[in-house]
Amino acid sequence: MNAFGAVLARELKLAARSGGDVLTLVLFFVMIGVIVPFAMGPDKAMLSRLAPAIVWIAAFLSMLLGLDRMFRADHEDGTLVLLRQADLPFSAIVGAKVAAHWLLTALPLIIASPLLAIMLAMDMPTLGRAVVSLLVGTPALVALGAIGAAVTVSIRRGGLIAPVLILPMAIPILIFGVGTISTGAGPDQSDAALLFLAAISLMTAALAPFVAALAIKWGED
Amino acid sequence: MSIDTKSRQGWFSRIAHPGQFMAWTQPLLWPLVGITAVLFVVGLYYAFFNSPEDYQMGETVRIMYVHVPNAWLSQFVYVIMAVSALGTLVWRHPLADVSMKAAAPLGAVFTALALYTGALWGRPTWGTFWEWDGRMTSTLVLLLIYLGIIALWRAFDDQLRAARVIAVFTLVGAVNIPIIKFSVDWWSTLHQPASVFRPDGPTIPPSILIPLFLMFFAFTFLFLVLHLKAMHTEIRRRKAMGLERRAAGALA
Repeated sequence: MNAFGAVLARELKLAARSGGDVLTLVLFFVMIGVIVPFAMGPDKAMLSRLAPAIVWIAAFLSMLLGLDRMFRADHEDGTLVLLRQADLPFSAIVGAKVAAHWLLTALPLIIASPLLAIMLAMDMPTLGRAVVSLLVGTPALVALGAIGAAVTVSIRRGGLIAPVLILPMAIPILIFGVGTISTGAGPDQSDAALLFLAAISLMTAALAPFVAALAIKWGED
Repeated sequence: MSIDTKSRQGWFSRIAHPGQFMAWTQPLLWPLVGITAVLFVVGLYYAFFNSPEDYQMGETVRIMYVHVPNAWLSQFVYVIMAVSALGTLVWRHPLADVSMKAAAPLGAVFTALALYTGALWGRPTWGTFWEWDGRMTSTLVLLLIYLGIIALWRAFDDQLRAARVIAVFTLVGAVNIPIIKFSVDWWSTLHQPASVFRPDGPTIPPSILIPLFLMFFAFTFLFLVLHLKAMHTEIRRRKAMGLERRAAGALA
């Protein structure tokens, strides 16, 4: 647990001291919310109907944009090779890095989501559900993204391939994420969607560190 | 010594050695081509001239004879890839790498054909080229996964390393296969449920089932021929690359 905490702390410290990255991602997330009303026209009724979809699309795009920073730098300067020599199993180290990535990229988005809610004319209960669905759904997104980042880490120009690989697999997260926010099909339906979302999150978060660790190991040999 | 180690190898590792594999599959290729051609001729004859029209769909029912085999292969090829991926991960077998790489473009084409023929069939019978139905959506996702895997193969320089990494990803993508299979039961919107392989027997009369099975085998054999040929090509490509590298090394 100590080593796990150390890896986690290292990631957070690195992000805090190099700065900028996290805020840029939040900026991108909010910007999508700003741009969509320009594309569709500022019709409030339509905006609030489409808001759940827009929030999740914005979250998807910003999470994919940040994928490359999960393993790339550590792969290039050899840190990953060193970490593989540690006493801690490599999958636990990958788990720590995934957890840190969630804290650094997903949590700021969730904190910024009220801003998006105002621009997309969401009411308070919808905003509450949006925050819950992002809290429950983003771990799955980060975990799947970790697999994509691990598979492409040894490719020099792998930045674009990870999103292309991950997007089709992430469709269920999108479906149930949006389903949790929108109440068009009745409250029972959105509760069921939330449970499905939680199940997907738990499954992927539990399995992804092992798969990602395997992919990194085999990509580096 | 070398004879001794060879006798201890199992029959599988002997026939699966790339050189051996080339030797014993080379004579199989043309007979397989012949079987495929005969199956296509007989199957197409049955499909076009010797099977009844559907009382509702009329002549358009004949699209089924190309649509269903392509759809079946779209999933079968992925299963072949997933099994090869296991071969790569568990035994690190070079032939499994080659099989995995050769299957990906074939699977993508069969999936695209299944979607295309489905759209052509859907227009006259359902009144639409495309609907966001469970079976269609999950098949589209399968196509995207195939394309992602092909992109991944092309992005790697080192093919041995690529095979191991892609094998991990292929197995992750295999979750989609049961989703496609059961999509018609989970979301019963537009696409009909399974009507050939059912616990209580097929719901299709023999006059349609016979041409369907003929085309089914014709397309499966077509895949076998193309897969085998693509594997041969890939083995030769790797040999050529190895020779080039050795020649470059001798110069330097």
